[in-house]
Amino acid sequence: MKIDIQDHMLVPKHEIMTEEEISDEFSDVDYEFKDLPKIKSHDPVVKAIGAEPGNVLRITRESQTAGEFVTYRIVED
Amino acid sequence: MDDIEIKVRETINQLNEEENLNIDFPESYIEDLSKAYIANDLTDDELQKLIRKLKQAYDRAHVEAGEAVGTVAAQSVGEPGTQMTMRTFHYAGVTELNVTLGLPRLIEIVDARKDIATPTMDIYFDEDRRNDEEFVRTLANKIGKSTINDVLLDFNLNYGTQEVEAILDSKKIEEKRLERDEINAAISKAFKKAEINGDRIIVPVSKSDKSDSKFEIRELRLLADKVRDLQISGIKGIGKVIIRRDDVEWIIHTEGSNLKEILDMEGIDHVRTTTNNIHEIGEVLGIEAARQSIINEAQNTLSEQGLSVDVRHIMLVADIMTSEGIVKSIGRHGISGEKSSVLARAAFEETGKHLLHASIRGEVDDLTGIIENIIIGQPIPLGTGSVGVKMDYKKE
Repeated sequence: MKIDIQDHMLVPKHEIMTEEEISDEFSDVDYEFKDLPKIKSHDPVVKAIGAEPGNVLRITRESQTAGEFVTYRIVED
Repeated sequence: MDDIEIKVRETINQLNEEENLNIDFPESYIEDLSKAYIANDLTDDELQKLIRKLKQAYDRAHVEAGEAVGTVAAQSVGEPGTQMTMRTFHYAGVTELNVTLGLPRLIEIVDARKDIATPTMDIYFDEDRRNDEEFVRTLANKIGKSTINDVLLDFNLNYGTQEVEAILDSKKIEEKRLERDEINAAISKAFKKAEINGDRIIVPVSKSDKSDSKFEIRELRLLADKVRDLQISGIKGIGKVIIRRDDVEWIIHTEGSNLKEILDMEGIDHVRTTTNNIHEIGEVLGIEAARQSIINEAQNTLSEQGLSVDVRHIMLVADIMTSEGIVKSIGRHGISGEKSSVLARAAFEETGKHLLHASIRGEVDDLTGIIENIIIGQPIPLGTGSVGVKMDYKKE
């Protein structure tokens, strides 16, 4: 049986961002893309959603302090 | 509830537009505001007032730019650490299972050890089977390690014929819910010459060229141990299992851990089943799950000792440990050992080694960090030191 690891309670929602979303979201920040936290291309979740190196993932965590928290990771080799 | 939340959001947007307040509350604040709105039966004006007050309090609670959050986190985890019991064992609730707790466990977590002292899993079952005792016991025996020794009725060494005779106990096999065929298959695979007659198993010593009698007795005894320790069921990496029932369902705790294979099994709740091995979680469920697991494990370790550390400090530690996409340790082999500044690394540990290597490679230090600037006696880029003066060339 093959299970979907994205169902697991420890795994937050990962989404691949489109070019449009990226330019929207990062238009007013004072850091560069490469400074985002990384996620490896062989990460099981990256494989599950089919992201490729260079993609930016939007990660929506359930946070103990903020309720819901959105963060980003850039896929790298 | 959703209607109220939408209303709260609309009010915030309205305030943002009309008065340019620039409010950006986290989700939990919106929920709390909605609850307060209902509980106290607020009017729209009162809600606006509440949002304004909350905005003030929220801004005050914000960490200032340039605050040394890492140092504060280190102190906040370090001080309670001094109060921890140096050595504690035993799992809360299940006495038979040994689990590293207290300071040793905390060190394991921040050191990101690959081989932790007591890996353990909590296995839950899916909705249909969490109350099915028979299924849980069958699965527990499939997961847990069983050897021939666990199902023996009688065991003899025949010195005359150089054979090991093992009689299996049908009762014990049934109790453990093992399959006869699987046991026989395991035996024939391990001992090619074994004869199986129902419960009776005879394994002869494989003849070696030497016919020295002393040597043969030794071999017979070695074979006896091998037969006894032959594993007949279980998943790789898992030893003892403990079946426990809490208020609503059956749970299996294991000694040892193999998340990947357990999650693939039928009837397992693959939402809640976890392990305490952070590296394993990183491999099977990804880096974000590892981050969450570091937070959970560190917080549980601290709270089990009656210490309460604000979760934000632990979150910062977990964020730093996972920011590169793999789980890295805090310390010489991880974060501190990879700082870009030579002086910062030299100030931490192994001063001579770092200075020597830097001079051989001709490294350059940009003096952007804290430690470097303290060493050479400059203002540090922290707090009020993190701002500088820039000339406005246009007005010259």
